[in-house]
Order: sequence, then C-alpha cells, then structure tokens
Amino acid sequence: MDRALSWLLGGRKPAASHLLLAPASLWLIFFLIIPAGGLVLLSFAKTGPYGAIVWEFGFQNYRRAFDTKYLPVFARTLAFAGGTTALCLVLGYPLAYYLTFRAGRWRNALLVGLMVPFWSSCLVAYYSWMIVLGKEGLLNTALIRAGFLSAPIGFLYTPFAILLGLVYFYLPFTVLPLYASLEKVPRSVIEAAYDLGAGRWTAFFKVTLPLSLPGVVAGCVLTFIPCLGDFLTVEILGGPRYYLLGNLISNQFMMAQDWPFGSALTSILLAGLVGGLWLYQRWEKA
Amino acid sequence: MSTVSDDALLEVGPLNKAFGTTPVLRDVSLTVRKGEFMTLLGPSGCGKTTTLRIIAGFEAPDGGRVRLSGVDVTDTPAYERDVHTVFQHYALFPHLSVADNIAFGMRMDKVPEDEIRRRVPEALSMVKLSGFEARRIQSLSGGQMQRVALARAIAGRPAVLLLDEPLGALDLKLRKEMQLELKNLQRRLGLAFIYVTHDQEEAMTMSDRIAVFNAGRIEQVGTPGEIYEMPKTSFVADFIGGANIFSAKVLPGAAGRAHLMLEDEYELDVPLDPYETLPEAGARVKIAIRPERVKVFYKDELPFGLIRFDAILKDTVFLGDACQIYLQMFKKAPERLAIAWAGGDRYAVHDDMDVPVIAAVQPEDVYILERDDA
Ligand SMILES: Nc1ncnc2c1ncn2[C@@H]1O[C@H](COP(=O)(O)OP(=O)(O)OP(=O)(O)O)[C@@H](O)[C@H]1O
Ligand SMILES: [Mg+2]
Repeated sequence: MDRALSWLLGGRKPAASHLLLAPASLWLIFFLIIPAGGLVLLSFAKTGPYGAIVWEFGFQNYRRAFDTKYLPVFARTLAFAGGTTALCLVLGYPLAYYLTFRAGRWRNALLVGLMVPFWSSCLVAYYSWMIVLGKEGLLNTALIRAGFLSAPIGFLYTPFAILLGLVYFYLPFTVLPLYASLEKVPRSVIEAAYDLGAGRWTAFFKVTLPLSLPGVVAGCVLTFIPCLGDFLTVEILGGPRYYLLGNLISNQFMMAQDWPFGSALTSILLAGLVGGLWLYQRWEKA
Repeated sequence: MSTVSDDALLEVGPLNKAFGTTPVLRDVSLTVRKGEFMTLLGPSGCGKTTTLRIIAGFEAPDGGRVRLSGVDVTDTPAYERDVHTVFQHYALFPHLSVADNIAFGMRMDKVPEDEIRRRVPEALSMVKLSGFEARRIQSLSGGQMQRVALARAIAGRPAVLLLDEPLGALDLKLRKEMQLELKNLQRRLGLAFIYVTHDQEEAMTMSDRIAVFNAGRIEQVGTPGEIYEMPKTSFVADFIGGANIFSAKVLPGAAGRAHLMLEDEYELDVPLDPYETLPEAGARVKIAIRPERVKVFYKDELPFGLIRFDAILKDTVFLGDACQIYLQMFKKAPERLAIAWAGGDRYAVHDDMDVPVIAAVQPEDVYILERDDA
C-alpha cells in the first residue's frame, strides 16, 4: 500500500481526474475568485439597521462566526460532508467497478442513467424524494401495507433524509472519476495478477485498488467540496434543526439581511475549499 | 494423437471456441513435451492468442480439455494453474518496484521471504538486469520491461511458460538479440515454452517444433525442418518460405511414386515420402515448388535428372542479395507466373524479357499437398 502511495506520489498525473476537475476549477475562477475579492471586502464591513452596509472595517464578523454558538453548524457540515463522501465511496466504488468490468453492453446505458440527477433540476428530484419519504409517502405506505409498520414514521426532516438526498445527488461526482481511473487499469495487468497466482480478492487489493487510488481521491474531493456548501438538500429534506453552513449563509443573505456576516461565513468556507484543493494538488503532484 | 509420448507435459485438445457466433478455434490439438520450445505460428486473427489464453485459464473452451502434467486443468482457475504468461505488452505492475514485480508470484505461492530475497536477484541476473531491484517500472526502456516480464514469469518456476509475441514491440536489432537470449534461457532452464508469433523467421530460428495455425485450425505440427521440407498444405508451404502453388491431376503410377499431370501440360514423376499417401488416380492435388529450388537455364541445356519446364522469362527483379525471376511456364495458363530465386550475382542474370529459358527442379523438390477440390 505504501508503495502504491509512493508510486502515486511519484508524479504521474491522472489525466482523467484532471479533466474532471477542470470544470470545477474554471467555475472557481470565474464565479468565485473574481467575486471573492468583493466578498472578502464585504466580510470586514459592518451591518447597519435594515441590512444597510456600513463601510467601516473590522474583524467583528469573524469573531461572531467563530462564536461557540455556530460551532455545531460547522461540525455538522463537516460530518454530513464527510458522511456523504464515505457513503458515496462505499456505494460508488462497487458501482464504478461493476460499470467498468461487468456491465458489458449495458455500460453506456447505465452511465447515462447515472447522470439523471444532473439533468433533472435537483428541486424536482428533492420534491420527489419528499413524496417518497413523507408521512403519507410511498415508503410509509409500502411498509405499512407489507406489515412492517403499524403507524407511519417521519422519515423526512431527519439526518437519514439529508444523507439520502446528499448521496443521491453527489453519487455521480464520486462514481465518474472512479470509473475513469478504473477504466485506465489495463485488463492485462489484472490478468497478470491472476496468472501469478492471485485470487480475485488478492488481485483486487494488490493491483486494481492501488491502481485506482487517483480516482478514489479525485472522487472524494469532488464529492466532499460541493457537499460543504450544499443548502438545498437540508432546506427541503432536512428542516431547520439540521441547518448546515450553507443554510446559515443563505439565511444571512435571504432572510437576516446581514450580508457582511454572510460574506464572512462564505469567506471561511472558501478558505477551507481553497486550502483543501491546494493540499489535493500538492498530494497529486508530489 | 493417441500415441502421446511419456514426457508429454501439456496436452490440449481438441479445442473448440466461438466468440458469439464466430468460430475462432476448430479442433485445435497440441502436445508439448518437457523442455520443448513450441511455437504457435500463423497470420493475424488465426486464434493463437485465444489458444494461449485457454491454456493459461483466462478463457474457457467450448469443447476440448487442457491437461497439464497428466492432470485435467480445464476447469481450474488461472491462479491455480502452474503456468505463467509473458504478456505482449508486458503487463507489469506499475505501482510496484522491479523486485516486487518479480516477487509477486512467489508471494502468492507463499514462498518464504528469505528465499524470495535470494531468488529475485537470481531471476534478474538471468535476464541480465542485475542491480535493477529498486527501479521503478516507468523508468525502464521497452527492452528492460520485456526482461522484467520474463524474470517475473520464470521466477516462480512454472511448468510451462506461455509467451504471446513477447518481442513484438521491440526494434529489429533488439528483437534478434532477445531471440537468442530467450532460446538460451529456455535451454538452460529446461522449461517448456509455448511461444506465439506471426514472424515465420522467428519461429524457424527458435523453435523445436512449430504448430502452423490458419483460420482457427492447426494445419501442421512439426520441426522447422519438417515444416519447411515437408509442408502438408498449400497454406503451410506458402506461409513458411513462400512457394509456387500449382494444381495437378493424379495419374496411375508406380507405388511410392506420384505420377502427375501438372496444369494439363507437364507430366511429372516424383518420389513420395515414406508415410505420404496420394489420392486416387483422377483426383486433383495441389503441389508446391519453392522459388529457391527452381533453377533457370538461359541456354538450351538438358539438365540431367531434373524436371524440365519450357518457360518464358517475363521479368527479373534485383533485390540486393537475391534476384526474383518471373517465369511463364504454362502455355494454357499464361497468366499463371512462377517465381524463381537466383543468387545475388547481378551479372549472372539476364535482363532480356520474353526470351525462352529452361526452368528445372529436382523431382524431390516437388511437394505434394492437399487435394484440390476447387
Ligand atoms: N473476446 C473476444 N470477443 C470476440 N472476438 C474475439 C475475442 N478475442 C478474440 N476474438 C476474435 O477471435 C479471433 C482470433 O483472435 P486471436 O486473438 O486468438 O488471434 P491471434 O492469432 O492471436 O491474432 P494476432 O496475431 O493478431 O494477435 C479474431 O478474429 C478475434 O477478432
Ligand atoms: Mg494475438
């Protein structure tokens, strides 16, 4: 395993994961880096009555953001993003493996199917999940009909519903880079492992998995980062009890009319993202 | 094939295999002895790789068995078969060092680590790569990767080594060098090799025996000499060495000899090899004559003991080390030209065209091939 790492660290660039990251990087440059300057500036301003912006600079918004009151929000955000990434990896790896090695002629159809969440508006997707998960929803009805439940359970507005929504939406972000890197593992190299006496699992752990590690990392990064900023999922499936950083930020802009504080929170999130991406790039290049 | 000698190590057959509805192998049978260098030779797409993959266990035959050291391994998975493969594009593990690549198979076989530490340098020295243990695969040249792949395959001391065009990606000079090295290594280890190539020269220089494949069938198995001197089919005669192929009618004749009417023009009387049989009189057979066995006389000599053809010289092509002479041999089929090879002495060659010459061959240089039912 450490040899695998040293090989990976040895500087071979996984081209496919770069390509997949390229849109994200462009997105960062045009829609984040440029407005980010203004945003960071705004984060040092003060809020006047009725949401007016007072251009007096200070650290008050940051002090407020790191108040212990908001700690659970940060912690919850990391936990949900981490949990989603872990779940996406656990579900996504076998899926990507199946797509690469087993799906045969169904592969393209399945890849297209995987992209469906991208195509439909996520609002539509989440409202249809509401229909499934609600008290009167399909899941409860089915479970009651089947005799597993006597009274409906509130699936909605639980961490379960949030995780379900997040995994549903972000799974393709994990699977596609994984698929791209598994696809690049030459079949003959895996056959060479069998040929030299490795059984299926040994061949997987000694050869296939180490060779697909760049995809694992790219998939995790691509899932974890957008998860940190997600707010729609909780908005629709989670309810106010589980507000994440994304919801806190959106509230400052939409409801509390406290743009400077919202900007400070956003700046913190951005700093985290940029720092994370920087680490990833270093890991990849080193 | 029923009389298999005692030292048979691998017995395969009769293999049948189809991908979808396309048959790829038809009744392929093969026996490889201990320490034998067996080459599967044939044009692209004739099923050589498929045969090798069935022996390695990567592919299951639709019919036929694979027996290794007397044990039926047809249903044994690849990782339990005592055969190792040298893949065409090496298939080295890119995330492992040279030493770990070579040790991989031994680790799978649970060879103790101190034994592995002894055998890795040994395998490396056999392929002349001593001191390369810690090198990364990416830092190797194509020839070095080839050697590592070879070392990895022999380190575990398999019963049979399968090699699928192992030299295909190397340049000509390195290829020639590696041919010799491979052959020496194989002799030294006394290991049975099954070697796939579509290069007939490579097959001739390296093999103990050659199995000539054509369109999913084995046309002939024999030593390089037998394949060259006693081709059984027009495909073999033409694929190995090249040949003029003609059609002849069998005439009644003496036992042990063939009395033939060649292209309805020349009557030939040629000796048969001891085990050679001839179709009944009246049937048609194909015959082959090697271009380098055709002698061309520019004066009207009567070569003694040779079969004589009255031909017309149509063209001469000087190729540096040899001359290719195109001859019109048949009045009834003037478009059917025969080719003769002459030495590279350009002054001995006439470059007049459309002149009558005499072409002659020794009777034993006329090879009788399969029936010609066309
Ligand atoms: N997995 C497969 N699915 C479908 N057809 C296949 C498959 N593998 C091989 N074939 C077909 O089987 C035939 C024989 O293939 P094979 O690879 O054994 O040929 P070969 O003699 O090794 O040729 P080459 O010299 O080009 O390597 C070819 O027509 C090929 O297209
Ligand atoms: Mg092949």
